[in-house]
Amino acid sequence: MTGDHQRANRPQLSLHVPEPKYRPGDEVDFSDIEVPAAGSARRPEPGDNPSEFHELAYGLVRVLDEDGKAVGPWDPRLDPDSLRTMLRNMALTRAFDERMFRAQRQGKTSFYMKCTGEEAVSVSAAMALAGDDMCFPSYRQQGILITRGYALIEMMNQIYSNKGDKLQGKQLPIMYSSREDGFFSISGNLTTQYPQAVGWAMASAAKGDSRIAATWCGEGSTAEGDFHSALTFATVYRAPVIMNVVNNQWAISSFSGFAGAEATTFAARAVGYGIAGLRVDGNDPLAVYAATHWAAERARTNQGPTLIEHFTYRAEGHSTSDDPSGYRSAQEWTKWPLGDPIKRLKDHLIALGEWDEDRQAAMDQECADLVRKTQKEAEKNGILGHGLHQQFETMFEGVYEEMPWHLKEQQAQMIAEEQASGRPWDRK
Amino acid sequence: MNDITSEEARIAPTPEREGDTARMNMIQAVNSAMDVMMARDDNVVVMGEDVGYFGGVFRATAGLQKKYGKTRVFDTPITECGIIGVAIGMGAYGLRPVPEIQFADYIYPALDQLVSEAARLRYRSAGEFIAPLTVRSPFGGGIFGGQTHSQSPESIFTHVSGLKTVIPATPYDAKGLLISCIEDNDPVIFFEPKRIYNGPFDGHWDRPAKNWSNHPGGEVPTGYYRIPLGKASVVREGDAVTILCYGTMVHVVADSVAESGVNAEIIDLRTLVPLDIDTIVESVKKTGRCMIVHEATRTQGFGSELSATVQERCFYHLEAPILRVTGFDTPYPHSLEWAYFPGPVRIGQALKEIMKDA
Repeated sequence: MTGDHQRANRPQLSLHVPEPKYRPGDEVDFSDIEVPAAGSARRPEPGDNPSEFHELAYGLVRVLDEDGKAVGPWDPRLDPDSLRTMLRNMALTRAFDERMFRAQRQGKTSFYMKCTGEEAVSVSAAMALAGDDMCFPSYRQQGILITRGYALIEMMNQIYSNKGDKLQGKQLPIMYSSREDGFFSISGNLTTQYPQAVGWAMASAAKGDSRIAATWCGEGSTAEGDFHSALTFATVYRAPVIMNVVNNQWAISSFSGFAGAEATTFAARAVGYGIAGLRVDGNDPLAVYAATHWAAERARTNQGPTLIEHFTYRAEGHSTSDDPSGYRSAQEWTKWPLGDPIKRLKDHLIALGEWDEDRQAAMDQECADLVRKTQKEAEKNGILGHGLHQQFETMFEGVYEEMPWHLKEQQAQMIAEEQASGRPWDRK
Repeated sequence: MNDITSEEARIAPTPEREGDTARMNMIQAVNSAMDVMMARDDNVVVMGEDVGYFGGVFRATAGLQKKYGKTRVFDTPITECGIIGVAIGMGAYGLRPVPEIQFADYIYPALDQLVSEAARLRYRSAGEFIAPLTVRSPFGGGIFGGQTHSQSPESIFTHVSGLKTVIPATPYDAKGLLISCIEDNDPVIFFEPKRIYNGPFDGHWDRPAKNWSNHPGGEVPTGYYRIPLGKASVVREGDAVTILCYGTMVHVVADSVAESGVNAEIIDLRTLVPLDIDTIVESVKKTGRCMIVHEATRTQGFGSELSATVQERCFYHLEAPILRVTGFDTPYPHSLEWAYFPGPVRIGQALKEIMKDA
């Protein structure tokens, strides 16, 4: 045993607890964030060994420069129509978010989550995937559904848990599911979708299918064991999967330092697993598209998984239940060095001579009108809390494929309770 | 632990035709169930730590990789969370995964994937996605496995809506139940009582071990057959007291009852959720007494649920308080295993207690 006298000569330990640079009211200066020039990152061949391009896990793949030009080897060279589609998908996502956020504030539903500033991460990625590739999203990738043409009214019905809700009011708002659109049921638990995506991809490979899987999580939840289990399985079986880390700097009130960002990048997690790792400007829609397309080609040709960190910023609160003014400086979003993905793609199209401010204004108006009109339609199916939208007894359905006796018994009890209480649900 | 793990385990014989039977121990019966199901359905895959080339630490998957290939029977990294998460993804694709968790004691890292994901997927997606997993795992003590190879965590899973929990007590039941589990479209926890893998254990640890060769439950059809989930088995009829048990304890109870001379009715639950309530209630109303025996710790063990349920439904037929005979509320002790284990002495005393006013 070491005695006290021996310990006295040792240096005193201290515990490091991370602290974000800026708190409410602080002047924000992001000049310390390294932003490499657009076009400066090299583009390996999709079949190259990950050990040959480790630097891409620490740099930043960027395509759009400050003048709105697409430059460098990662320029996906999309035609103007595709660029306009991408712009509209992002604009529609933002318009949808605005409207549904307001609906929650008006008491029409319990909960909503915006993806403002992060639209490229889902929209551009979804456009770079095949329509039948399987997505295992977290809760902030509504842009995937919008890009895949899922009906806005179905999303709203789900948000309202109304009688049109295909999930029968069983899930928290925005936890969509659409098997038809290759969109896995969203969980409220974090990063559980990661190993599931890897499993789906392994199944696809085992069956000799051609479809790949993609999944998303936030930087905060890379700390979950599921993340590391998924990366281990992905590298071991070279699963055809794209694993996206949306580094939007904030996990509710905890900045990325609590997930390890002070020490290294999130893309660097790939290096230890021998997985291809890319760190991408998440507010550059063309960089997101190009990285996803590259990773998809790797996966589709049996080269294995890719981990992509999308460096972005969560412009709004975590959810409608969160007020970020309590823990971060309001200047952060306005001073974010990588800008707004919608504005950047708009500027690019204008620089190409394929777009102008008037057309942008008209498109924004058209998106807002579409969302408002759809909302009216959705509200005809009811809003949360206003009366009974689902058959009363459906609460017990779908726990198991066949209802066991104890659920039948509890279902009968619930119906008896409702009758005894004078059917309060029906009166509303 | 070696004497009861691998010595007698061999690959179950390949079925010649439906209706043939063979003597099997429980490992062979489990192996045969997977073999039969893999042959019938290309979507059945087996995965887990050491289950592939080696055939599992208890040899339950022996020969399967050789027969069905590495993409259908494969070793996995040591991450139970990953094993179950990956199995859920495979299930979403359309496969029918049978993951093995090497010991039930190792299942806890997978709890979130089992509870929040597998058990809730059908409900939360309104049936768009299902998790047709059968999670096999050896459980229970009596093998000097210490606290990390002996636990009986079944009540953690019986508490979770959306999961089914199945525990066989004979090779015959193990195969028929496992086939039903693999065919089931809901996630099932299939706990295999490892103390009786190689023979029915009567609780007398100091007597020579028996094997399955003379037990009727060791005669197993080589082909396909099912034992329905949610159906208990009355293994001994009687009119004095109803004893509810499952797994290893079925055999320990049977021996203690024989020694006591009490004309007890012994019910092997086989499926804990969904529970065969009709068989239980009918029996307790007939006997007027109910005793519950499990190896798991007492507080909020499955016996608590059984006791409450029997009390609610049979109170006016009861002639004595319901008794629980269980393991103690301690970690599973290594050297004092047989003091922990609810063996013949504890069961015998409980039988006297419940019959004292008869």
